This record gives sequence, C-alpha cells and structure tokens, in this order.
Amino acid sequence: MRVFVLIWLTALSLGWFSAPGETWAAGSSAVHEYRLDNGMRILVKEDHRAPVAVSMVWYGAGSMDEFNGTTGVAHVLEHMMFKGTPKVPMGEFSRKIARAGGRDNAFTSRDYTAYFQTLHRDRLPLALELEADRMTNLLLTKEEFEKEIQVVMEERRWRTDDRPTALLYEALMATALKAHPYRQPVIGWMNDLQNMRVEDARDWYQRWYAPNNAILVVVGNVTGDEVHRLAREYFGAIPPRALPERKPQLEPDQRGMRRVVVKAPSELPSVYLAFRVPKLRDPEKDWEPYALDVLEGVLSGHEGARLTASLVRGSRLAASAGAGYQGTGRGPGFFLLTGTPSEGKTVAELEAALRAEVRRIAEEGVGREELDRVKAQVVAAQVFARDSMFAQASQMGALESIGLSHRTIDIMVDRIREVTPEQVQEVAARYFGDEALTVAVLDPQPLSQKRRAAPPAGARH
Amino acid sequence: MTARRSFGAYERIVRGVAWLCLLLVASIAGKAYALLPIQDWKTASGARVLLVVNNDLPMLDVSVDFPAGSGFDAPDKAGLASYTNHLLKLGAGGLSENEISQRTADVGAQLSGRFTADRAGLYLRTLSSTKERDRALDVMTRVLLQPEFPAEALAREKARGIAGLKEADTRPDTIASRAFRRLVFGDHPYGRRAAGEVETVSALTRADLLDFYRRHYVADRAVVSIMGDITRVEAERIAELLTSKLPRGGDAQASMPSVRALERPQSSVLSHPASQAHILVGGPGIRRSDPDYFPIFVGNYILGGGGFASRLNEEVRQKRGLAYSVYSAFVPLLREGPFQIGLQTRGDQAQAALKIVRETLSTFVTSGPSEQELEEAKNNLIGGFPMRIDSNRKIHEYLATIGFYDLPLDYLDRFVENIRKVSVNDIKAAFERRIQPERLVTVVVGGGVEPTAQP
Repeated sequence: MRVFVLIWLTALSLGWFSAPGETWAAGSSAVHEYRLDNGMRILVKEDHRAPVAVSMVWYGAGSMDEFNGTTGVAHVLEHMMFKGTPKVPMGEFSRKIARAGGRDNAFTSRDYTAYFQTLHRDRLPLALELEADRMTNLLLTKEEFEKEIQVVMEERRWRTDDRPTALLYEALMATALKAHPYRQPVIGWMNDLQNMRVEDARDWYQRWYAPNNAILVVVGNVTGDEVHRLAREYFGAIPPRALPERKPQLEPDQRGMRRVVVKAPSELPSVYLAFRVPKLRDPEKDWEPYALDVLEGVLSGHEGARLTASLVRGSRLAASAGAGYQGTGRGPGFFLLTGTPSEGKTVAELEAALRAEVRRIAEEGVGREELDRVKAQVVAAQVFARDSMFAQASQMGALESIGLSHRTIDIMVDRIREVTPEQVQEVAARYFGDEALTVAVLDPQPLSQKRRAAPPAGARH
Repeated sequence: MTARRSFGAYERIVRGVAWLCLLLVASIAGKAYALLPIQDWKTASGARVLLVVNNDLPMLDVSVDFPAGSGFDAPDKAGLASYTNHLLKLGAGGLSENEISQRTADVGAQLSGRFTADRAGLYLRTLSSTKERDRALDVMTRVLLQPEFPAEALAREKARGIAGLKEADTRPDTIASRAFRRLVFGDHPYGRRAAGEVETVSALTRADLLDFYRRHYVADRAVVSIMGDITRVEAERIAELLTSKLPRGGDAQASMPSVRALERPQSSVLSHPASQAHILVGGPGIRRSDPDYFPIFVGNYILGGGGFASRLNEEVRQKRGLAYSVYSAFVPLLREGPFQIGLQTRGDQAQAALKIVRETLSTFVTSGPSEQELEEAKNNLIGGFPMRIDSNRKIHEYLATIGFYDLPLDYLDRFVENIRKVSVNDIKAAFERRIQPERLVTVVVGGGVEPTAQP
C-alpha cells in the first residue's frame, strides 16, 4: 500500500515521487491558480522542457468516504468512469486518447480519486473535453457494471487475496482502527464487491462527482491563461451541486496494544508494527510530523541508515527492515516499523529489536551528521522531482485534494530543514510505547495445505 | 492505492520493450536535424561514451554498463552475475558498505546497480553542483574500479538471497515465470533465474565474483551514458575517471549461445493454493537486432502491448471481465528474448481465458491486424513520441540502450519513418516467421487447477 506515497517526504527513497522545494521556488515557474464560477479549481504549472502536458482531474472523495456494505465503491466507480457516455461510447475514451498519442489511467486512494492523461501539449483540449463529458454524463449501465465488477474482483484477488503481505497490511489497518474508515481497504472487502450493484456506483457518482469537488491540475508546455480558457470552455457550464456533509469519524484513543496474526501460504514470516502518531494539519505551526519524517529518514532513508546498518548488516537479525511514515492525509496517522527475520530468528526477536532502535534514539538522540544527511536527501529529491511532470502534478493534486495548499511543499521542506536533534528525540520518546501500538504477524503456511473452502459467494445481482 | 490498470508485471516487461523503441518526433517537430544532439566518443581505455547536454535542471545522470547480465552466467553458477553487480556497492576503495551508502546520501545522490539478462552496471543520479557531483562521482568511481567483494558481506547476502529465493518460490507468479523460462529456453542462460538457485548461490565464492568482474567489467566493452547539466570537457574527464582503471581486455569475449526454436508445444500445470490461476503463453521472440523489429513492435502494440487499445484486452477484459491485467510482450535482447502473453484469472475461468488467448493470438498471426488497427497504432506510437523523451531520466535510458545495443546514432531520426512504413503484411509476415501458435509453451499455476488438467 505504500507503493503510492504521493507527496510526503518519506517518499524520498522513491526518487521521482519526492517533493520539490527551495530551488523549485527559485528556479522554476510559479503555479497559476484559478477558480471557475461553478467552484472547480484549476492549478497550472509551466514546464517547457518538452512539448508535453500532464492533465489530472482530482475528486475530493476516496474510500474513506464510503459506508459499510459498499466498501470499494470509490474504486469501482473509477473503473466505471471508462465505460462511456452518450457522446463517447464504451471504450472510446481510452481509444481517443491513444489515437492522440496519449496515455491515460486513474487511481483511487483513501482520500481522493484522480484521473490523468499524458499527451502532446496540442492535444490537451481533447483530454479536457473528455473529462468534462464524463464528469456529468456517465452512462453507468447494469450490463457494463456486471462485467466490470468481475474485473475488480480479479483485481482484489491479484492485489490482495493471493499476496500474503498485502493481507497482512489489510489486517493491520483493520485492527489498528475501530471507528475511522481508514480501516477499510481501498479495494473493498470481497463480500461487499460480490453484493455491489450498479445503483451503488450511481449513488457515489451523483454524490461526489461535481465541479465544486474537483481540481484540475495541468503541468507541462502550456500557459496558465491557456489552460484557464480551455477549462472555462469545457467545464464552465457544469452546474455545481451541494456536497454531502462529512462526519469527522474520529478514532477513539487506543487503550493498549493490539495483536493480529495472518496465516497465509509463504516461506518467511513478517512483522508490521503500527504506532498511532500525528499527521500534518497546520503546515506552519505543526512540528511533530516533520520530526517524525526525519526520524523515518534516520531509521531507513538509505541503505546505510540505522535499521539496515544495525539489523540487516550488523546483527543480521533481519533479512529486511524498514520504517514508514506518511505525514499527509485526511485520516489518522501511523508510523510503521516492518521487517522479516533472518532464517533461524523469530518475529518476536525482530519486533523487540525494531523497537529497541527507536528506544535508542529516544534515550541517546541522533547525531548531527545523520540529520544533515536526511536533509540533504530531501533537498536533492526536490530537484530530482522536477524531472517528472507527472510527479509534480501528483504532488500538487494530492495536497490540494486533502485540503492543504500546494505551497505546503515549500513549507514542508523549510520546516524539515529546521528540525533539531532534540525534536527527533522527543517524538521518538513520545509515540512509541505500548498504548497505541498494533502488531501484525504473518504466520507462514505450507503451500500444500488446502485452502479452506471459499464461503458462498452471497447474493449476486 | 488502487488503480484501474495493472502496473505490475505488464509494466515491467513492456517498459523494457518501450525503451528499445524510441520513436521519431520529426512529424511533430518538423526538424531535419537530430532531435537529441548525441555526442559520442571513445575513452583512452576504449570505452564508448554517449552524452546529451541539457542545462534545464541542475542535475546529472551517469551510468556505466557492461555485457555482464545474467545471460553470461554459467549453468553451475546461476546468480553469479547478479551477485557480482550487487556486491560492488558493499565495500570498495577502502569504504565500508555503510560508508558508501552514507557518503552517497550526504550529497543527496542516488547510486544503484543496473541489471538485466544482457546488461549490468551502475547508475548515478546527482545534483550537478560541483561539490555534490564530485563527491558522488568519487563514490561511484571507487565502487566501479575498486570493488572489494568482502567475504563477510557475500556470506550474508547469500543467506538473504537464499531466503528470498525460498520465499519467491512460494509465489504463484514466480513459480509460473520460472517454469515458463525453463520450457522456453531450455538450457540457454535466458532460461535461468537472474537471482540464481539455492544450490548455485550456496556455492558462490569471493573468487568467483572477482573472476567474473575481471572478465566482464572491462574497459573496452563499457558504455558510459551521461545526461544533464555538464560540459563536454567535464564529461570527458568523468568518462576517463570512470573507465581508465577498469580491467582490460577480458579474455572472454563473452559470447552467448543461440536460442533454439521450440520444436513442439509444451505445457506445465502446477498446483498452488492461490485463488487465481496465473497463466503464461509464449516462446522465444526476437533479437534487438532483428530486421523485423519494427513490424513486431507495432504488431505487438495491436495484439496486447497497447494497454486498453489492444485485442487481448478487448477480448479478455472488456468483453468478458475475465482478468484485471492481460498483456503480450516481446523482450528483444542480444539473443531472442521471450515473447509472452500473461494474465491472472479466477481458477474456474482459466480454461475459458486460455481458449480466448489462443484464439486471439492464432487469428492475429494468421490474418494480421486490420488497416484501421494499424493506423491507430501508428497514431499512438508516433503521436506519443514526445512522452518518450520528456525527462532526463528517459533520455538517459535511451542513450544507454543505443550505446549497449549499438543502434545508430540517428536512430531517432529514422524512427518515424520506420514506424510509418510498417504495413499490415509486414506485421503478418513478421509474426508468422516468429510465432508458431501451435508450438508454444503454456504454463498454468494455481487457482485450484490440478496438474492432471489439460491446459
């Protein structure tokens, strides 16, 4: 699930998804911002290195806005968005983009749903015209839904059911959270998919797909005014709609450690530890999320960072070990420690060793050198991110979709550079006790063992 | 995060193909001169250098590649090429493995190994400011020229690697691709796993790694690719720095055996508790130097390489909802790399899906694409050209490919022409020559499909 850590700087190890920052502000174009009368927002960043444009439409609704019984519907609707309108029949959307030399796709997260095209800058009008059309005119027929829901179930089998570590992560989140919808997997529970109807997708579409819940982000060889004009032309006439009230659904405090075991066919065990930690709400005033991010970098920001140096290369207790923290997002935050023990070692030993590494920082602090290293990586990663238009558009869209300004990117970088060793030590001391910890363990099962018979598929529609 | 289209195996394979096929933008740019002014020269030690200067961003990409991929592994030493490459960074020039990682991170640089069936090397991405760049290059130079292959690190990495092999061998996708490779390539090195096998990895010694390094990481077979914010003079200095002290004239003008065509259809059905059956169908494909390269490339886009636009996707996913991901791919290599069609589907649908795949392939090979399909494919491949070279990273990869596979420097300039002139008959003929639908390998793993079943 960490595959798409879109914006937060924990992603610096992922290279092209890292955030731009200081040199970005100085060395490249500013972001143009517009708002149409119907409430749709437009962000444009000029990048004139190639005759290309990346266009993205972000809807401010993700799986955390779903209700029990219809988990997965945000993602199902994302699939259905390619199934045609009266003007652009089934299959034609992608075909038109392909004929224009472009590529298109979409993704759904817990916080938002986004659709994108990458194409020659001259063909940008086509992308906008098609997006505007499916914002209001989606057909959503029962026939196409019945086929596509099968595809989504195959996707769930492929992505989760047959992948032991994906099952482990799913169980971790479902155990760590009791009330907040982040406990549901983005893909949805299989039984909810089996019982989903086209009406559920339609309800979702009518509830959330409105211009006043959408942000258009374009990065490329374009001008702000040009995109603004095109957006007005294609999206301007779409009427806004009242959006439903969102309940906060705050997670109650955790009162003690939780444990969950997942048995799945596999050779090696794994352990995931999730500690409840704060997330970024006020980019100017908050400091803990930045300190947690630096902590993540100190623990596993590169191959010589503490977890690998100590547990994989040093004591050889672990075959692999890592830390993860995503500081931005609408829901609750977690700091993850993960690992697979070496042959002959146990998950219990590894769990203790992972926590001991954090405790060592809580007790002894971190060196100035380690801190500077993390900061150097952050600064360089900002420059590298400018090599990808897609990464730049993703960063802006993801931040704006969760209610933070795209300018937060610069603020985050500055604040991270101000983090002190004491602050890192303080968050390491504060958030890594037993009280708000959830531990998930993968218990490997032999391949030869027969799977439990699948439960009845439930009522099909 | 969950997406509508799989970016998994499909993307990995197709990216390999895509990189080897950059298209010309002449139609778009309308310019007669080379799109990317590639400079190339040889270092004093005989290494080939390719350079594109671009100062838009204050960064630099540098790689050095050798014919040292897994295809050069001996049968009893499967995994050796990969371990040699991996161990470069684990102790070199007086630096410990942690010092190598830390020094690289200190200047925000990223240094990684590069590895395929043909190629192996190092890749560096760094800021171009002098201090950062030179420190990063210092680490890269030590790693490339003075690897120590510490016995301790090797022992540990072997243990980790073996654990990883055992884990991978529980996964249906690994089991399927291993079986597929073995049936397609027999005892050719392309049939072996890059990461090796438990027995062969267990037996690897430090002397093996040193020997492989000395024979394969040699100066006159090195390809240095440089892209970004740099001057020609500086690039020359860097290229000399990286290559002048490489091993010379490796005795082994390492050659790879030919790939034998399949003589008969073969199939393998393996049980696995996975809910989905993982299906692979294919055989040997084409060489990078194959004269049918462009017809095959365009044809495969139509068959199953073009994502949503492809025939396989239309038949298997869009019409019938049988799979989330279905693709076809050629991986052109020094020798005939694999052609494969892959998909995953619920076990009880495996036979139905397999039947559709075979019919779709067979029809395509027999009848070729329609004129309209061909036109649409050309529209995409030609119109989509700018996206293939819209970043430093992509251009750098293109340089490395041109250098390694010895493609002409005006490859780009001729590419549109090469795509344009592909005809329906060219594609039909090329597929008929390369793909015999009645003589393919089929592998099915998991989904409750029993080994006794007829695939």
